[in-house]
Amino acid sequence: MTTNNWMRKWWWKVLAILLMLFTIVMGMMATVPALPILHETIRNLYYHVPMWFGMTLMLLFGMVFSIKYLRHGRMEDDIIAASFTKVGLLFGCCGITTGMIWAQSTWGVFWNNDPKENAAAVGLLLYFAYFVLRNSLDDLDKRARVSSVANIIFYFTFIPIIFIVPRLTDSLHPGNGGNPGFNAYDLDSNMRMVFYPAVIGWTLLGTWITTIISRTNIINREYHFSMNNSSQQLDSKL
Amino acid sequence: MDFFKSVWYLIKKDLLIEWRQRYAFNGIILYLASVVFLIYISFIELNPEMWLTLFWIVMLFTSVNAVAKSFLQEGRARWLYYYSIASPYSIIAAKMIYNLSLMLVLCIIGLLIYSLVLGNPLIHPYYFLLVVIVGSFSFSLTFTLMSALASKAGNSAMIMPILSFPIIVPVLLLLVKLSREALYGGFLEWPIKDFFLLISLDSVMLVMAMLLFPYLWKD
Repeated sequence: MTTNNWMRKWWWKVLAILLMLFTIVMGMMATVPALPILHETIRNLYYHVPMWFGMTLMLLFGMVFSIKYLRHGRMEDDIIAASFTKVGLLFGCCGITTGMIWAQSTWGVFWNNDPKENAAAVGLLLYFAYFVLRNSLDDLDKRARVSSVANIIFYFTFIPIIFIVPRLTDSLHPGNGGNPGFNAYDLDSNMRMVFYPAVIGWTLLGTWITTIISRTNIINREYHFSMNNSSQQLDSKL
Repeated sequence: MDFFKSVWYLIKKDLLIEWRQRYAFNGIILYLASVVFLIYISFIELNPEMWLTLFWIVMLFTSVNAVAKSFLQEGRARWLYYYSIASPYSIIAAKMIYNLSLMLVLCIIGLLIYSLVLGNPLIHPYYFLLVVIVGSFSFSLTFTLMSALASKAGNSAMIMPILSFPIIVPVLLLLVKLSREALYGGFLEWPIKDFFLLISLDSVMLVMAMLLFPYLWKD
């Protein structure tokens, strides 16, 4: 493989590593505005908020690959869709955990019955149900078809759950229920310098994890097929 | 023309099956009555807000059970038969219309039993009836689609509620919010925005059912 080719395939992984390093180092070291209640926990902005950006994007990519599967019927597309969804769910779990830790130190409790927390939890339940549904099917072709349909339906109900439901009532989150949004008072230019790279970095990292998961799954499947074929050949020889 | 005709025949077929298996419908009514009675003996006093929320939760459980069977009751051989005589669009449309009428009947009976046993704190009962009708529309659309999904899975009886409950959350919250207006006196201000939101959620479900059911149903 020439250097040029290597560069073309790997540049975004290098970028992901650099951005993650930048996020971790600058997230801990850079100056942040001194604010009451939040204090230093404001640094969680670089880890908690990108999780939701990342989750929504990963689930969107998963949904797109599900549509691709239904259109063209390539099994690889379904595996990629499921891997994206898996990583999206992982991001969601990380997001809810970091959110709970943040809530403990600013609002005083881990779970505050906040509408955004509840909506996120319901969204996670939905995608756990997707994996239960997916794993309950044994036939590979049927599994791919049913879970692609489910993935598309779930994405279009996940969006209202996460964006509309929290707006029905007041929330303690910034920008809701009369609280000023982050833009209004504390996302100053220093923080933006770290926040946007963090969002891009986490998304790239998620995509990288997805490629690894989907490749292992594709290899596993091919291995099983070859095993089946060889055992069939063995049967015919015997 | 052909489409409407086949939808009409499929609905008629479902009604006939329902009539021949009256025990299923009677079972649902009995289920509803026992849940309501259970609430009556477990709560010493029920304030109006709780009355409202419990009504919707009872209706939620009843409708999941009632709609779940719409696809689960059809055997493999019967699917093969439908496959050869009708288009997937007419099948899903027929199921949705049939379930809508079933849900309307169930919700009205449910409301009657519920207010008979637990009293009726409503100030605007007709408005509440309207919300119940809109709610049964949403329930039947969503649960029909979920029942179609769950019928393809192994262990469908367990899959159906775990798929349906998270999906129905936005609808349920909107319904509780809308029906809360019926509790308070004074001039009723129409929450047009929430109704509009509910109808748009329903239309998303409807569009997805129409687009995706053709992929789902053939084996």
